[in-house]
Amino acid sequence: MKGLRWAVALAAVVVALVVQVTLFPHVAWHGVVPNLCLLVVVAAALTVEAPFALVLGFTAGLTLDLAPPADHVAGRWALALTIAAFLAARVRQDQKPSALAVVGTVAAASFVATSLFALSGVLLRDPTMSVAGLLEVVLVAVAWDVLLTPFVLPPLMRLFARLGPQWATS
Amino acid sequence: MRGLSGPEGRERRWTGLDRLESRNRPPRSLLVALVLASITFITLDVSGGGSSPLEPARRVVGEAFGPAEATVAAAARPFTAVPAWFRSKDDLADELRDLEASNAELRGQVELAGFDRNRLEQYDGLTTAAEDLGSALVPARVVALGSRQSQSFTVTIDAGSDAGVGPDMTVVNNDGLVGRVLRVTRTTATVLLVIDPDSTVGGRVGSSMEIGFVTGSGSLRQEAGLDLRLVDDASVPARGDTVVTWGSTTGPYAPGVPIGTITEVYSSLREASQRAVVKPFVDFSALDVVGVMVPSGAESDRALVEADGTLR
Repeated sequence: MKGLRWAVALAAVVVALVVQVTLFPHVAWHGVVPNLCLLVVVAAALTVEAPFALVLGFTAGLTLDLAPPADHVAGRWALALTIAAFLAARVRQDQKPSALAVVGTVAAASFVATSLFALSGVLLRDPTMSVAGLLEVVLVAVAWDVLLTPFVLPPLMRLFARLGPQWATS
Repeated sequence: MRGLSGPEGRERRWTGLDRLESRNRPPRSLLVALVLASITFITLDVSGGGSSPLEPARRVVGEAFGPAEATVAAAARPFTAVPAWFRSKDDLADELRDLEASNAELRGQVELAGFDRNRLEQYDGLTTAAEDLGSALVPARVVALGSRQSQSFTVTIDAGSDAGVGPDMTVVNNDGLVGRVLRVTRTTATVLLVIDPDSTVGGRVGSSMEIGFVTGSGSLRQEAGLDLRLVDDASVPARGDTVVTWGSTTGPYAPGVPIGTITEVYSSLREASQRAVVKPFVDFSALDVVGVMVPSGAESDRALVEADGTLR
């Protein structure tokens, strides 16, 4: 069961990544596209146990860092998505995921992940970008992710929930 | 773990808050381990520089994702072209008027060039550069674009080492300079666009032959343009001048490729140099067909476009 869940989660990440880099640039707003990999990670963090979501966040981030068009310092998305998965898994403790909670979690995770990525870029001086430009990118990215949440999160959460013991004790 | 998928697992969900909490708490040790792993990757990649230990990993992931991206982009092409059909007669009339205007302007420029010695020299230089070039073009299509969140302006094209493409080759399209190849897999290549803030191209102002450096501005909008800094601070670039690459045949950028036209000129007193904004000829938000400059007669899995326009 666990192996199947891993296979499905990794397949979801691969599909999300390919769609994100090939199809969404055609509808992108000034080059900002929805971060589908982040949505997959948040869906996992909201449904299955936290260690799985954390490792999935790390894996998805590392794939984003290494897959073709990427040229930034590897490990930056891995760091951002791991922490986003951790936060999303923490949010679930306090409340059962209602529709509003899901949207809120996605918005928070998207904000944290994109900001962390941008901040790591500032620290590493990877590209030199203005803070105003970064803020604009972060806000547009959050808007995109929230916009796609109703279409992506429910089916993914149902899938993850069916594939594993939803509220497993470890 | 297996027993929980049954009905009693469902029961247990509501048995008590204490168990729920102990189960829900994300393990801090795992978080710390993964964060440290990420930082290790970052450190390895930063300290490695050009010969980063992660390059092989990038290559392996690229070999796996490249064909998938190319396939999806090819399958989606009929649908992504749909918006282009819905253009009204007014749009087309507008476009016709614009094209007529630019045609007239270009004709004027060509007629003037006969009287302009400088211009003639420039064209002469360009022609010899083209003769020296001895290169052919590998045609390719853009299959994937990096997102703005990732802060790097890179694209994937569907020609790789099988097509004769290698790192540091110049990428152009029918408008001008697009960028250079960063790394290749068998079927795809990653291209750094000239608008990337990390990209620096040697540029030459067409009319004065002054050299400088063109840096990306980090914006997809054509008006935002590129930054040109001239080496000689005494010369002032003129508005409307064309900027071409200087480079060498061995360097990353082939010489004589048009980059853009100068739209604004600033004098920076502090740095004692001239700064100009160059509007690129290429529309980077609508990149599709590009060509990679390879040595003439290179081995390739597809037809090459030779310098004289023939297909081989």
